[in-house]
Amino acid sequence: MLEVKDLTVRVGGFKLSDFSLSIDEGECVALMGPSGCGKTTLMEAVCGLRSGGVLSGRIFLGGVDITNLPPGARMIGLVPQDIALFPTLTVREQLEFGPKLHRWDRDEMRDRVEGLASDLGLEQLMERLPKGLSGGEARRVALGRALALRPRLLCLDEALTGLDEARHDEVLQVIREMIEREGVTALHVTHSRREADAIADRVVVMG
Amino acid sequence: MESGENQRPWRVKPELPFVLFLIVVLIAYVGMLVLMVGANVLTVSWEDIGNVLRDADIQRSIKLTIVTCTATAIFSVLVAVPLAYLLSRYQFRGRAFIDTILDIPILLPPLIVGLSLLILFNRVSPSTCCWMMAGGLCLAACVGCIWRVKGSGRSMIPRALLFIGGVFAVAAVLIRGSGSLEEVTSGLGLPMTFHPLGIVLAQFPVAAAFAVRTMRTTFDQISPRYEEVAMTLGCHRGQAFTRVVLPLAGKGMVAAGTMAWARSLGEFGPVLIFAGATRGRTEVLATSVFLEINIGNLPGAAAISLLMILLAVAILMLVRFFVGRGGAI
Repeated sequence: MLEVKDLTVRVGGFKLSDFSLSIDEGECVALMGPSGCGKTTLMEAVCGLRSGGVLSGRIFLGGVDITNLPPGARMIGLVPQDIALFPTLTVREQLEFGPKLHRWDRDEMRDRVEGLASDLGLEQLMERLPKGLSGGEARRVALGRALALRPRLLCLDEALTGLDEARHDEVLQVIREMIEREGVTALHVTHSRREADAIADRVVVMG
Repeated sequence: MESGENQRPWRVKPELPFVLFLIVVLIAYVGMLVLMVGANVLTVSWEDIGNVLRDADIQRSIKLTIVTCTATAIFSVLVAVPLAYLLSRYQFRGRAFIDTILDIPILLPPLIVGLSLLILFNRVSPSTCCWMMAGGLCLAACVGCIWRVKGSGRSMIPRALLFIGGVFAVAAVLIRGSGSLEEVTSGLGLPMTFHPLGIVLAQFPVAAAFAVRTMRTTFDQISPRYEEVAMTLGCHRGQAFTRVVLPLAGKGMVAAGTMAWARSLGEFGPVLIFAGATRGRTEVLATSVFLEINIGNLPGAAAISLLMILLAVAILMLVRFFVGRGGAI
């Protein structure tokens, strides 16, 4: 499904050299490694956010070379470490953001957004702004926003960092259920071995 | 606990001279400002204020001041938003140089801004302007001043510079003629020198520089992660800017606009040199003060000054209100 071949990326003074990774269709892979080993850089390169920094190597998704595709054309959902919910948009608008950009049919978009809200337990929060959400709720919204377009790959970049233990386990459970329900391939960057074992089919250690 | 109680007197006493020093500096500076305003107030009677407000020329001056400051503020924000976004989000060679150029209007003596505009509009032909622009842009592109933009095509910017430089070169060849820029703009119905429109142009360089600074701070405070997430959801960079960044920068834009408005209010040198100080025609409040002093009407000048101080304080309070409540968001 995802194949990263001999990828070399430079971001500022940091360089990730000749990295290769392969993920099968529907597989969830946890990417671990010490701080500064290039986990986030790899994920950003896969998402197309560091295409100017790719010096060599190729990235294939579903057999298609996406190395030079813009981020929006890759159909990859991203949940970044800082969640980055758009502060001026309500939960509903966050979930509708991608489908609206892709000019989905109104009914199809409504069904998708309501389905996601139901699966993620967001029905009561749809008209709230991000500042009115708890850490766990914000992560569920970010997950819904990333999944709304039915991406081929879901990238989670330390998405559970900063949550207390109870919320952490609760959101982890939601992520695991959503990955299974959506049948999406997932790449999950984490520092926690426990988290990696709980969510991933396979653990890849970098550095 | 015991050691903490023992240390307590020593914590306060060594701080005392330093705190006193801070308070003395505060009193000295704020006191100077209060004295300056107080001196104005003492010079002015209610009658003077009434006379000033009833004066038809001053009424026209107030109207012209509000109109020109508002126009300048709008133009400044329109220029500041894209420019500040470019400087905030893109890394390229020559960025520090451009940053320095943008500060020049702030650092230059105001008279020089006005004099430069006067020379530009009355001594330089449009074709010469075009040749200068073409030369500068081609030089920037050829030297590789702006070489590589992160996240974009590697040769996009130099090519764009060369293209725009080429357009200016073609325009220079087509325009020809020896008339000045002022003659051309006058021919188009937009006279600048010693004309009310010139006031906006004279106020613009400094006001825009302040607006760019404010917007730059605003964009720096907005995490680029929002745009990155928006791009993974299907936005191109322009859409990410308009749909995600601009709504977040709303308060910053208001702050930049009010800052530009306040700067324009106090602009005197460039306005005097470029637009003149013709009573009832190119007279704004700053020039009104100058004209009143010239005819020996000190109380009148002080009354207008008080009016300007009130306007400036109102504008600054607006800025504080917006910036103090988060600035960017």
